Amino acid sequence: MSALRIEKGSSSHSAYDLRDYHSEVIEKHTLAVLVDNEAGVLARVIGLFSGRGYNIESLTVAEVNHDSHLSRITVVTTGTRDVIEQIKAQVGRIVPVHEVHDLTVEGPSIERELALFKVQGTGNNRIEALRLAEIFRANVVDSTLESFVFEMTGPSEKIDAFADLMRPLGLVETARTGVAALARGGKG
Amino acid sequence: MTRQMTGAKMVVQALKDQGVDTVFGYPGGAVLPIYDEIFQQNDIKHVLVRHEQAALHAAEGYARSTGKVGVALVTSGPGATNAVTGLTDALLDSIPLVVFSGQVPTFMIGTDGFQEADTVGITRPCTKHNWLVKDTDTLSGTIHQAFHVATSGRPGPVLIDLPKDVQFAEGNYTAPAKINVSHYQPRVKASIEEINGIVDLLEKAERPVFYTGGGVINSGTGASQLLRELVDATGFPITSTLMGLGAYPASGKSWLGMLGMHGLYEANMAMHDCDLMINIGARFDDRITGRIQDFSPHSTKIHIDIDPSSINKVIRVDLPVIGDVGHVLEDVLKVWKSRGRKTADTSAWWKQIDEWREVRCLTYKNSDTIIKPQYALQRLQELTKGMDRYITTEVGQHQMWAAQFLGFEDPNRWMTSGGLGTMGYGFPASIGVQMAHPDSLVVNVAGEASWLMNMQEMGTAMQYRLPVKQFILNNERLGMVRQWQQLLHGERYSSSWSEALPDFVKLAEAFGAKGIQCSDPKDLDDAIMEMIEYDGPVIFDCLVEKHENCFPMIPSGKAHNEMLLGDASTEGAIKSDGAVLV
Ligand SMILES: Cc1ncc(C[n+]2csc(CCOP(=O)(O)OP(=O)(O)O)c2C)c(N)n1
Ligand SMILES: [Mg+2]
Repeated sequence: MSALRIEKGSSSHSAYDLRDYHSEVIEKHTLAVLVDNEAGVLARVIGLFSGRGYNIESLTVAEVNHDSHLSRITVVTTGTRDVIEQIKAQVGRIVPVHEVHDLTVEGPSIERELALFKVQGTGNNRIEALRLAEIFRANVVDSTLESFVFEMTGPSEKIDAFADLMRPLGLVETARTGVAALARGGKG
Repeated sequence: MTRQMTGAKMVVQALKDQGVDTVFGYPGGAVLPIYDEIFQQNDIKHVLVRHEQAALHAAEGYARSTGKVGVALVTSGPGATNAVTGLTDALLDSIPLVVFSGQVPTFMIGTDGFQEADTVGITRPCTKHNWLVKDTDTLSGTIHQAFHVATSGRPGPVLIDLPKDVQFAEGNYTAPAKINVSHYQPRVKASIEEINGIVDLLEKAERPVFYTGGGVINSGTGASQLLRELVDATGFPITSTLMGLGAYPASGKSWLGMLGMHGLYEANMAMHDCDLMINIGARFDDRITGRIQDFSPHSTKIHIDIDPSSINKVIRVDLPVIGDVGHVLEDVLKVWKSRGRKTADTSAWWKQIDEWREVRCLTYKNSDTIIKPQYALQRLQELTKGMDRYITTEVGQHQMWAAQFLGFEDPNRWMTSGGLGTMGYGFPASIGVQMAHPDSLVVNVAGEASWLMNMQEMGTAMQYRLPVKQFILNNERLGMVRQWQQLLHGERYSSSWSEALPDFVKLAEAFGAKGIQCSDPKDLDDAIMEMIEYDGPVIFDCLVEKHENCFPMIPSGKAHNEMLLGDASTEGAIKSDGAVLV
């Protein structure tokens, strides 16, 4: 019977399938989903995640092609390899979904998020906040004598790091857009 | 060609253009314009059910027994919410349905209008897709698209929500051929590498088993033909899920019987010990696999399925093949033949299987005085086999016994609620089947409790002169619940008694139908013949042994080779950790 054993993944798609699917390791993946921009499409995608118990770490959506009414949903999700594969297959069979790309495994990609931080304080804290903002290339988009609003774009980790630094300096409010992501290189 | 007409007229026109001849439905304020159009034509027959859930199950029975799309029409609000169980049932069993629901006028949506419900919101997770049509010009395109989605890829139910003003307004009607049916085109053919991969494995296997499911039936009668050819040419044993019965004939020599929780010993043992499992259109449901960790531990697994999300969802397979069963089987046969029809020697495997068959796992202790449910089904089988016969079932012990003791020679002859397990499915389904096959014998094998869940459909059966036979195995118990309570909950029979049952014979007579009661095994054959020969609906109240258990049984959380057999001791059979499973 061992003569019948065929290598895992030797039949289907690509090299990733050679990795251990039964791994219990939780991975974080960024999915780009191209959908018809029709009523309820976001509810379908989100409903699938909640209905089947998948995680959503971040979600963004906007129309990206006005002529063909296509929207791009970017979802950051976590799960074991098995779960991530299931998520892609489940999302892929939603009728208005055209394409599902797993940017985490399909090659190098760039991920960006925009965040706004309101930091309140005076004296040294205020000076320190401004100094750190410069280091992180955050812009001041609003200020009063006791506060700043910083604007920053970057990978989520950078935004997390900046938020951690601002917290003891008087961070009172944060707004984040969630991740937008594209594959690197010239191919569309 | 486009034509101006009202939305309501478009619905009827689109149904005609899609080849629909029967619609199951129930009227109400929000669909009156459509009912008005139905009234003024004769091409499409409307069947007035007595509850919208029944309209959906009837449409499922119609669809499953014909291979066509089932169509239902319900009003807004309560009409739509009553349809939810049927939609979910059809989704889990992959039955193609197109359901129309009325909706309050577009300008009232969101105001909590009379009989307003968020129907697309409520039915989003229980349809393959749904639409709220807000513009009459887009209506015909949406309907044609709905038929395309319901039938393409893995079939399923779709719903179109129709505000009343959209039904009244005029718009352009477009015929099906003119419609661009979108990007939704699931893959149906497998690659040549995948086909070769399958053939490689078929040629080498020493202990192979075909494990087939509802996907074979959905793929059409041609797929069942190809399956029979492949099974008979290779001589490999074949088992099937509840949903796949009839794809391979029960009289075929390679047939092992159904597998799974109440499947046959030889089928489950073959699944456990095989070296090659060829899953064709089945989905490794938990009723099939038992304990996942111990599921068929030594086999290489092929999985042919049209739905990519079925692959590796529950069981990791070695060779996944995405495609339509019919297409894939055709290619496999072609390649396997061209390579010289090779198989390894499977005689030792068959010898082993024959030993398992010797266990005679369906043996039960018969009685001269009490009708055993198994005996009743054996007699039904004996007296109706060879007839032009369709069987539907309700849900419970009787359903499993029907699967075990009735033999299906052809696809589309067996209608049962597999995935959702919906009590109340069988009676309306039998109505849908009889509408499609007016001259055939249609028998609903029922439990008394399930049957009561949609008994109002006696009215429908009488009105349309549908001679459906309601064969009720009356054990005066919610038998399957009682069996689990006996095995899992210390014989504490909490709410599993069917108390205050009606007199079924008088009930039949109250509707103008025929009632037959039988309690003596000696009278059974005559009574069954009387039921078959009567030209009209019959309620057959078959009083059976009350505490019979359905065996074999793989208790939840156990492996295939840990089946309980009828004569096996059942004490302490289910560990407490299995008790949390359903
Ligand atoms: C709508 C619905 N409610 C509850 C159940 C749970 N259930 C499964 S079988 C069963 C008992 C069915 O009793 P009966 O129809 O008399 O069939 P029997 O098992 O006695 O043959 C119940 C309550 C179900 N499957 N469907
Ligand atoms: Mg019962």
